[in-house]
Amino acid sequence: MTDVTSEELMAITASRLLADHKVVFAGVGMPLLASAVARHRHAPHLTIVLEGGIIGTTLLPGKLPISTNEMRAAYGAQMLTDITDIFLYAQRGYFDYGFLGAAQVDMYGNINTSVIGTMERPRVRLPGSGGANDIISLCNEVLIVTQHEPRRFVERVDFITSPGYLSGGDSRARAGLVTGRLGAVVTDLALLDFEPASRRMRLRALQPGVSVGQVRAQTGFELLLGDEITELTPPSPEEVAIYRELRDGPAAGQAAGVAEPDRVAAGPA
Amino acid sequence: MEHVAVLAARAEREATGRSSVDKRMTAEAAVQLIRDGDHVAIGGTLYSRTPMALVFALLRQRRRHLTVSRPLACYEIELFLSTGALDRIVSSWVGIGLPWGLAPIFRHYVERGEVAYDEWSHLAMGLRYKAGAMGVPFLPTLTMLGSDLAARLDLQTVTCPYTGERLAAVPALNPDVALIHAHRADMLGNVQVDGYQHMDVDMARAARTVIVSAEQIVSPDEIAARPDRTMLPHFAVDAVVAAPYGAYPHECYGRYGPDLRHFDGYAAAAKEHGPAAGLRYVEENVDAHADFAGFLASAGAVRLAALGADAGELIPR
Repeated sequence: MTDVTSEELMAITASRLLADHKVVFAGVGMPLLASAVARHRHAPHLTIVLEGGIIGTTLLPGKLPISTNEMRAAYGAQMLTDITDIFLYAQRGYFDYGFLGAAQVDMYGNINTSVIGTMERPRVRLPGSGGANDIISLCNEVLIVTQHEPRRFVERVDFITSPGYLSGGDSRARAGLVTGRLGAVVTDLALLDFEPASRRMRLRALQPGVSVGQVRAQTGFELLLGDEITELTPPSPEEVAIYRELRDGPAAGQAAGVAEPDRVAAGPA
Repeated sequence: MEHVAVLAARAEREATGRSSVDKRMTAEAAVQLIRDGDHVAIGGTLYSRTPMALVFALLRQRRRHLTVSRPLACYEIELFLSTGALDRIVSSWVGIGLPWGLAPIFRHYVERGEVAYDEWSHLAMGLRYKAGAMGVPFLPTLTMLGSDLAARLDLQTVTCPYTGERLAAVPALNPDVALIHAHRADMLGNVQVDGYQHMDVDMARAARTVIVSAEQIVSPDEIAARPDRTMLPHFAVDAVVAAPYGAYPHECYGRYGPDLRHFDGYAAAAKEHGPAAGLRYVEENVDAHADFAGFLASAGAVRLAALGADAGELIPR
């Protein structure tokens, strides 16, 4: 597919990491779209949880929420509880995946969504953690999805809003973060993970047509390289159609040229 | 940070009245319970079930040196900032909403150090209200550990006396006043909501004074017909305000969707003019009207009805 946007590429790549019969705690935007694509394609029993207190949302294609607390986010949900309670499910260990974006992420997977510059002299005060700190602290496996560019992939984040592997090694556990681990980082250029001993970010696979050099050029720190670096399968027409129908409504799925039974309208099992 | 001693918070609650009396009043009368320097917790989250009729009434008063806390805060924060009402924000996230980018008026004040922003995680906000609601001084949790958020707030840890494990100790928050918008309340203050509860129950039970606005004032019999829907009992509520469309332009689950066009207009002005736009918004939408009904009339019945139809499409039947 030549006309796939970087958002579509990231969401579809990330969607493939979500297995069936699991529970994913997703934020709005790309994480939610990726989770919804997975549910409509290969993981019909994936339960999507949102921090507004929503369990098992199914979403109305073309009417995706822009806040995890608005009515749209609860469409087709199995349960509504309060916000604190939903995070307590995470603390108890029920949520297989936590799914985050990042304004800044460093070589140990620490995420900053609080401030560019310092807290004392901020250049830009960002909105803040929201649930991100809790998701990365409490979900069983955390996935990060973000655009791959040097200003985002920095050696050291300006501020650790959401703790990844902190300064590497066993520093996360020593800080008392005994639950959760960071799984993959999905970008428009690559799929990355964290090397088990040093906990440094490691390149595992490339998006179609991307070189190792390109990824390095867009990363603000020295990347570790996996033993074997593979190339990811490009998004299929079916995946793109599902994505577009979810985002824009049924007409968009049709425009992508995929027959009705393969699109979202057919619905999850 | 001022920490709450169990006995002090409890003694205060023991001493307050729990009379079953008619607590109905206007929004203007209810906000007289709020004083300069108070900590005001605002119910709902982001642009969902925000007690906007109460927020507007409070904005009109031009109180000073307030602290406002909210799970996730929306542009109402910018209105308090633009009118000089705020000293401190306590929240996990402050913005308008994803499509509108960073909140420019919030940035203006926080980046200049003219207002403090205590940033907690979302769960930590919830546990702070919950500890306050439970009448204990802190709650142990596995979140926030190791982060710069924790370091900046000087968050302490506790060691479990049974297992020796280390946990974060999130301090109780007992706001002076909680503002809550609900679907139904009776005149005694029994309160029911549909859909999301957000952090409203803990926030209200933690607070010293609770003001509830409701889409509908119903009879005590109607409350008793569905007691499982009651989220706050009358003795936890101090004032009841009738406020149909009382969360507008934010949404109220099952009743009406958010007026995103209204947000667009606000966000464009705030981006261009900063705090002056926030002040102008308050002058035009709050000060210019005698009450919240006047503001709703300026939005127009057609627009409100359309938002009602949007909501109808989304709720289970």
